[in-house]
Amino acid sequence: MTLAATLLAAEEGNNPLLPHAYELVVGSFAFLVVFLVVGKILTPRIQKTLAERTEAIEGGIKKAEDAQAEAQRTLEQYRAQLAEARQEAARLREEAREQGAQIKAELREEAQAEARRIIEAAHAQIEADRQQAITQLRAEIGRLSTELASRIVGESLEDEVRQRRIVDRFLEELEGRPEAVR
Amino acid sequence: MTPTMLVAEDFTAPGPSIFDFPPLYEGAPYWLTKPVVMAVFGAIVVCALAWSAFANPKLVPRGMQNIGEMGYQFVRDQVARPFLGKDAERWMPLLLSLFFLILLWNLFGVIPLIQIPVASHIAFPAVFAALIYIIKIYLGVKHQGLVGYFKNMMFPPGLPKPIYVLLAPIEFLSNLIIAPFTHAVRLFANMFAGHLILAFFSAVGFWFLFEKLTPLGSGLGVLGVIMTIAMTGFEMFIQFLQAFLFTMLAAMYIGGSLHPDH
Repeated sequence: MTLAATLLAAEEGNNPLLPHAYELVVGSFAFLVVFLVVGKILTPRIQKTLAERTEAIEGGIKKAEDAQAEAQRTLEQYRAQLAEARQEAARLREEAREQGAQIKAELREEAQAEARRIIEAAHAQIEADRQQAITQLRAEIGRLSTELASRIVGESLEDEVRQRRIVDRFLEELEGRPEAVR
Repeated sequence: MTPTMLVAEDFTAPGPSIFDFPPLYEGAPYWLTKPVVMAVFGAIVVCALAWSAFANPKLVPRGMQNIGEMGYQFVRDQVARPFLGKDAERWMPLLLSLFFLILLWNLFGVIPLIQIPVASHIAFPAVFAALIYIIKIYLGVKHQGLVGYFKNMMFPPGLPKPIYVLLAPIEFLSNLIIAPFTHAVRLFANMFAGHLILAFFSAVGFWFLFEKLTPLGSGLGVLGVIMTIAMTGFEMFIQFLQAFLFTMLAAMYIGGSLHPDH
């Protein structure tokens, strides 16, 4: 390089590959200034800010994640509550239905018992009426038959004494009849 | 350059002499030239811009801080972290200063009125490369020991013995002599060549459209202007790319000295 440079320098007078001493000094100085200001003063500041920003963003993300988890938890809770409420409602409905059915059955049974009771009472009433009617009818028939018989035989059998006498007579006849038969 | 010669014999393409600057004014000290002034000016502008962005940084960035953070995150994510891993934050001051200063110095090449990429003077890249070189060797010796550093460099394990006869000198040469040289020259040569190309095309445009306007030459002049515009765009990309590359190599050298494994 040195040889080539010397040759070039000899040819052109100013070799672009050979640095000027004063430019080396100025270049070093310029870089030193930039390094002190940009590198030593400013770069740490922006590094600090970027780190803080990263932290802030990460913090934000963390916070958002927390909030999301919280929301998720609440949602789960609500869902559980809703399911519970639904179950409860279903249970209550079922219970009500059962109770309704029971009440219905009870009422029906009661009504049937009532009906039976009424029917039995009616039957008893009817029986009593019938007995009464039979008794009355028997007496009436006796009276009517007697009356009819008296009319037919033309003799009043109304007189108690006579009746009795007739009856007695009849009875005596009956008593005497077996001996005669015998 | 042949057509130029055909159309107008007295057109001379700009050469390396366009990088020679006289002192700013008559009687000024010999070192007070445009590149020197622009180097210092660039450093001041970088400080000012960085100050406006990072002096009082907010959690929620506004205005300049957004732009500054873009630059910071670019250097951190594309340069520092891939090569330095967990040490990235510690080396950000150096890498960020390097990147911002080189980028602005490079962009000076296309900023009207300034129009000189500071790094096209090899002294400036040489300062950076030398600084990185010193840091690289210092860290290497500190973290791997004097013997370990050279052993890791020249005798990477897992190779057949005869290879080392060839490999050791090559590694020594490439790591300790060629690397810093190419580190500086890559940036320098790109800026040098880019500036030369821009100067050439704009000289063509100026010559054929203003100084010697002829029916035949005017087409060439228009082509020169178009190429100047296109190459300016391309240069801006190269200027950014070289700033990025220089910083990336710096991170790579530092990372290599800290962790010899990779």
